[in-house]
Amino acid sequence: MPFSTEPPASGERYALSASLDNARHLSSLLRAVHFQDHATCLATASGLRVTVEDAKCIQANAFIQAEIFQEFSVQEESVMFRISLSVLLDCLTIFGTSSLPGTSTALRLCYRGYGYPLMLFLEEGGVVTVCKINTQEPEELLDFDFCSTKVVNKIILQSEGLREAFAELDMTSEVLQITMSPDKPYFRLSTFGNAGSAHLDYPRDSDLMEAFHCNQTQTNRYKISLLKPSTKALALSCKVSIRTDAQGFLSLQYMIRNEDGQICFVEYYCCPDENITEAEL
Amino acid sequence: LSRIGDELYLEPTESGLSLRAVNSSRSAFAAFLFAPLFFQLYEPGSAGPDTELFRCKVHMKSFLGVFRSLPSLEKSVGKCLILLKPRASRLVLQLHCKHGVTKTHNLAFQECERLQAVFDTQRCASRLCAPARLLAEAVVHFPPTLAEVTLGTGPGGKISLRNYVEDDAEPSKTMVTELWLAEDEFQSVAVAPGSHITFCLKEFRGLLSFAEASNLPLTIHFDEPGRPVIFTLDDTVLEVHLVLATLSDLESSSQSPSTNGVSHLPAPSDDFADDLESYMAAMETSEGCSEGPPSPTFPLRTPQPAKSKPQEEEEEEEEEEEGAVPGTPPHKKFRSLFFGSVMTPGRPGPATTQEVLAEDSDGES
Repeated sequence: MPFSTEPPASGERYALSASLDNARHLSSLLRAVHFQDHATCLATASGLRVTVEDAKCIQANAFIQAEIFQEFSVQEESVMFRISLSVLLDCLTIFGTSSLPGTSTALRLCYRGYGYPLMLFLEEGGVVTVCKINTQEPEELLDFDFCSTKVVNKIILQSEGLREAFAELDMTSEVLQITMSPDKPYFRLSTFGNAGSAHLDYPRDSDLMEAFHCNQTQTNRYKISLLKPSTKALALSCKVSIRTDAQGFLSLQYMIRNEDGQICFVEYYCCPDENITEAEL
Repeated sequence: LSRIGDELYLEPTESGLSLRAVNSSRSAFAAFLFAPLFFQLYEPGSAGPDTELFRCKVHMKSFLGVFRSLPSLEKSVGKCLILLKPRASRLVLQLHCKHGVTKTHNLAFQECERLQAVFDTQRCASRLCAPARLLAEAVVHFPPTLAEVTLGTGPGGKISLRNYVEDDAEPSKTMVTELWLAEDEFQSVAVAPGSHITFCLKEFRGLLSFAEASNLPLTIHFDEPGRPVIFTLDDTVLEVHLVLATLSDLESSSQSPSTNGVSHLPAPSDDFADDLESYMAAMETSEGCSEGPPSPTFPLRTPQPAKSKPQEEEEEEEEEEEGAVPGTPPHKKFRSLFFGSVMTPGRPGPATTQEVLAEDSDGES
């Protein structure tokens, strides 16, 4: 249901203003990266990027392109602020999280600029809620410097094949070990928990495998507690791309199709666990 | 099996793979024997002239963790491969799933002594056979928290089920539920009139759900109070036994021996497992047998000063070990039944143990 535009006070233009007919398109994506309380939002002409980091080891980004919004305008080249993601999500879902068919919460986002709070206008069934969330100085974000030229191994899998695996990961294991290789076992997820070790093997000719480009055998370990939150993104997605570079940095990119069939992306970057060297494996 | 014990004993035999469990107070024992035909491929390995077939035990939780969600397993898993690798000390469970995905679990195991309860269905005076559904429907009338239930035979061949109430319970605060089943509801009834037994319902429920799910009739073999009750399920490829200790009557002073030429076990291997269970088993059988074994269950809460000393020591041993015993109230003294794991084969009487870790000064073995 289209939401009428609030006229900006005293003729001022907002640094960022956006309208979205269905707030769920935003809230579900943000939930997929909600493993820390705070997030950094970056708005550019191409859309909104919300970044969450932890332990200087892991970074998750949720991308919502401008095309997803009914209206999206950014006055400067880019607008950046830090905000409580927990509060933002609570506000976006203020009318409840259960999705009844036919009903949706309409959203209007307004941000005047540096130092101003983020304003949210939410409407459902004629009831309007106005939220003002304080913003903070954006923190410097990690740059994993992950570009396609540096990728050593890459596979694209259908998410349904990984969902159960990630949901059932042996959390008594400290690490999740990922092996990618042009030879057997091709793609292997391993845990080393209290009960013993467990290995999940995906052959390169599996019908879950959409693309398989492995040039080198690589085995890397990542702290399982850092990667576990990515399960949320996996649950929403239809496809996932798994890439590693020469240093063992991991890139997980999730393709998410929303209720209207539009495509959004969430990506996770993770550093390998420094305590383990390949020699020990 | 997980309703009974925390550890799963795996014993491959020539006649199939046996999975067993025992509870911490050793008053419940269950064994599932899967015949070779149950499997697509069954290779128990070869026992050498000096060695027995390898057996081990794993933590129940670890094993169950492999088969986490049954509905999705049924949909996604095609084959399961179970490999026992003694040299690597690993039990390998490999699930071959759809889309070519393979899940391999390497579980750590412990070597163990043979777990075998001493019982003989032939010696039971009474036998009942019923479809699992009948018993499940009967048991549903009892609260889920009920610990013990009494099964009895009544006039007209009727079978009764009643919740067991302690003698000292206040009559005004207790609820007694009793239900009677007609003889014709059972598939077969061959019972000694006026007999009754009381056993732990919690441990029985696990087997009952399995029986219902597999649609197999359940046979109950029982005898006098105090002697174990044996529940069996039989199928072409599966044999299940559940042995539960029963409460003995205060009145009945049956001191019938509990180990009577039943279950001659193979001599223990020379590498006697250095674990507490075996020690306890050794203590129990050596002590118990030497005195002319008493009834397998202690009378309800009676201090029994007249009992012979070795048995008292046994009691202490068990109580020290028991701690929190799930499903068996400590004061009930469902005494442990069995485990002649150190019995020399062919001799039903007092066993000369090959190796006792700590000799009791009053012991006679």
